[in-house]
Amino acid sequence: MTEPKFLTYQDVSSVIIRFVGDSGDGMQLTGTQFTDTSAVYGNDISTLPDYPSEIRAPSGTLAGVSGFQVNFSSEDILTPGDAPQVLVAMNPAALKTNLGDLELGGTLIVNTDAFTEGNLKKAGYPHNPLEDGSLAGYQIHLVPLTSLNRTALHQIEGLANKDIDRCQNFFALGITFWLFDRPLTTSLKWIQDKFGKQPKIAQANKLALQAGYDYAENASLFQTRYQIKPAHLPAGTYRKITGNEALAYGLVTVASKGNKPILYCSYPITPATDILHTLAALKHFNVRTFQAEDEIAAIGAAIGAAFGGAFAVSGTSGPGIALKSEGINLAVALELPLVVVDVQRGGPSTGLPTKPEQADLLQVMFGRHGESPVPVIAPATPSDCFNVAIEAFRLAVRAMTPVFILSDGYLANSAEPWLIPNPDDIAPIVVEHATAPNSETGFLPYLRDPETLSRPWAIPGTPGLEHRIGGLAKQPMTGNVSYHPTENEQMNHERAAKIAKLADFIPEQTLIGPPSGDVLVVSWGSTFGAVHSAITQLHATGRAISHAHLRYLNPFPRNLGAMMSGFERIIVPEMNLGQMLFILRSHCTSHRNFIPISKIQGRPFTIRELVEKLTAILEERP
Amino acid sequence: MTELTRKDFVSDQIVRWCPGCGDYAILAQVQKLLPELGIPREKIVFVSGIGCSSRFPYYMNNYGVHSIHGRAVPIATGLKMAHPDLNVWVITGDGDGLSIGGNHFIHLMRRNVDLNIILFNNRIYGLTKGQYSPTSPQGLKTKSSPMGSLEQPLNPIAIAIGAEATFVARTIDGHLKHMAQVLERAAKHKGTSFVEIYQNCVIFNDGAFKYAADAATRPDNVVELEHGKPLIFGKKRDKGVRLNGLEPEIVSLATVSEKEILVHNETAPPSLAYLFSQMHHPHLPEPIGVFRSLERPTYDAQVQAQVDTAIQLKGQGDLHKLFYDADTWQVPQV
Repeated sequence: MTEPKFLTYQDVSSVIIRFVGDSGDGMQLTGTQFTDTSAVYGNDISTLPDYPSEIRAPSGTLAGVSGFQVNFSSEDILTPGDAPQVLVAMNPAALKTNLGDLELGGTLIVNTDAFTEGNLKKAGYPHNPLEDGSLAGYQIHLVPLTSLNRTALHQIEGLANKDIDRCQNFFALGITFWLFDRPLTTSLKWIQDKFGKQPKIAQANKLALQAGYDYAENASLFQTRYQIKPAHLPAGTYRKITGNEALAYGLVTVASKGNKPILYCSYPITPATDILHTLAALKHFNVRTFQAEDEIAAIGAAIGAAFGGAFAVSGTSGPGIALKSEGINLAVALELPLVVVDVQRGGPSTGLPTKPEQADLLQVMFGRHGESPVPVIAPATPSDCFNVAIEAFRLAVRAMTPVFILSDGYLANSAEPWLIPNPDDIAPIVVEHATAPNSETGFLPYLRDPETLSRPWAIPGTPGLEHRIGGLAKQPMTGNVSYHPTENEQMNHERAAKIAKLADFIPEQTLIGPPSGDVLVVSWGSTFGAVHSAITQLHATGRAISHAHLRYLNPFPRNLGAMMSGFERIIVPEMNLGQMLFILRSHCTSHRNFIPISKIQGRPFTIRELVEKLTAILEERP
Repeated sequence: MTELTRKDFVSDQIVRWCPGCGDYAILAQVQKLLPELGIPREKIVFVSGIGCSSRFPYYMNNYGVHSIHGRAVPIATGLKMAHPDLNVWVITGDGDGLSIGGNHFIHLMRRNVDLNIILFNNRIYGLTKGQYSPTSPQGLKTKSSPMGSLEQPLNPIAIAIGAEATFVARTIDGHLKHMAQVLERAAKHKGTSFVEIYQNCVIFNDGAFKYAADAATRPDNVVELEHGKPLIFGKKRDKGVRLNGLEPEIVSLATVSEKEILVHNETAPPSLAYLFSQMHHPHLPEPIGVFRSLERPTYDAQVQAQVDTAIQLKGQGDLHKLFYDADTWQVPQV
């Protein structure tokens, strides 16, 4: 009998854990369960699901590896973390593709049962890494997970091995719950809610979770148990939310606050489809969803719905935006309010369907023929997608224009705590439809409001305002077809001025750090968490560096040019090859010193790489 | 409400089609029909794509959208979903509706959105000055097919039937009385009403439908479909269409009894309407009239019904409940 090991408890402020396995191993679910429990426990959380675009690549292969990373903390965190400190690997392929990310000295939990000759071969291991000493730099815990789980569950009659093995992710989850001293209650409740109608499956999953937890306790698997205290977030009630959920909830709120139906028109496309799924289940909020025959039909239906007086949205990703361009231009010419959601993914072409990128910025700004100004706004965090959805409609209705939301695959799938807002505190979205002729000669559909420069929104069914609108060039005010040279020019100027004028309506740009000096970092969209965290670290070491994170990409906040002029150098980190930098350069032509930090690896920036790159740039001018 | 007249539907815009274009006759018929429907003018919307026919909405004095090439159908679909009580008409052509907009065309039919779609078929691209279209006969020599077009023409009626359309009809621009009847039935049909109109392009494809449009030759070249009636045609109404196995054939009523003549049934399985769609001049009389008409729930009504059911089952959506419908936790005031 071995000596019982002495168990110690250690308080840590945050841990990054990654679960990896086959696409069919349920790693997304395992990660989500770990997140839910940690969130309910009161930790701040941030997640990064990382899955292949193939639904079930051949089992055991490198292509089929699916992962889910959770950063959970007793402090305020803004990213899913850089390198995991704990890696749970369910098979050799998962180990091989993820080991490089694990911190040296980190904790490695592996399912030894999956390290068969066949699986090792599929993963391309010439030798078994569990036996050749190659994992010496890590705290490795070898768990015959499949057989332990089978032993634990064999008492349930009438369950095939296949069903039992499906529960082994909960066994693994149980082990990690013990390691981080988490209660099982949240997951047990989830299992009951999910499998209540299949009592055996529910029992099996519960048992697997408990067995994993007990195994960690009884087998003295670990010498240290970690405790991560609840985080001190602003007071209030929280829930977990992903970017796509938050965006859908924002749209539902728009319907409620504007007292109008929302029509969400979409064609299935990764990583935007979850928005369609969420909204399709919320019809009782006056939501209509339209799964169109293609991307073009989706934008077409949105235009028709907007003409009919609904809040119309078309959601997609970059390839879909390309197909919708002509339709978006029609909305520009008709001057109808609608929102186009672009959940960006890696490109060009099919690119990286499940991975994020920020390389659609120039497409949404300039990717249409003719002069086609369209406002663009970008959420900074998953929960911010909620606010941005509402803001997009405020802009669309005010300026009678399509508006782009630039989310991305990272925001879409990543989860964080959301301080649940009180819906009563959200201002109504006021829409004033035209009800009477606006001139002595009748109704002029393009007579502009002197303040907003936008045209009236008169909807079919309103007597006396019958009018025709179209994509051909127009006469000002009447909107009648006109090829007259100066009338065409005037309408182009009016549309441009209308969008530019939104700068009077949106808030001024803020920054953190000194208001002028050597370096201003300008970022936008989903890079907020990593950039903000990096800047905070640099400030802690006494570096003088400022940071402005843009939400309004077109038009820019009215003070942005002046703000940038106060700095010697402008650094622009973005997940593309310098698209925002390109736009900023033309916005602030007096400025010559722009420095890009580019990353297009299908992964968000890590804090560490930004700190290193920013430090290097700062040190060029000591 | 004062009675509406044809003039109420005439806009102040000058009609800019070529003199002699078949579109004039269609415009006049529609403007004549609308006041008779008893629908308030503000509830009527015309949506079109791009092409000669698609200028139609500008000449109508009600709500209208002249959109982009091929996309009138999705725009009209979105409009009906947002506003199901509108009376919506789609105006399209053979290029707009069957080529660039072909995908939307079939999905409209299967959805059965409650709208009317009129396809002006002139078998040519007019506005781009005379290229062969998806309905041009094989071998047609045009600027883009100087040695003759190679493609088998699309048959709009057959496609509509194949896509499970609930109302499929054909008429001719020069046959005013017939066009009036067909358009009226289309307007009154609940669901997608598809009407193909043989329309003459005087400039680029003049006389393409002369055999059917000319009053003198029409009776011998065309058979008018009537529900429950046998397919009899000819100036003297002395010819009929009989089914020989799966092949329709022309027979003389002098030698064959009327009982043997094929009888039209608008609600029959689609194979009958499809068979009619394959009858072409000069081998057989070309059918005009209503090929198929049946009732099926409309898409827009079902969309609304799902919203109503959801509200019935779950109650009117409550944002507070929605936001809290998840595992929540409290962070206390420190």
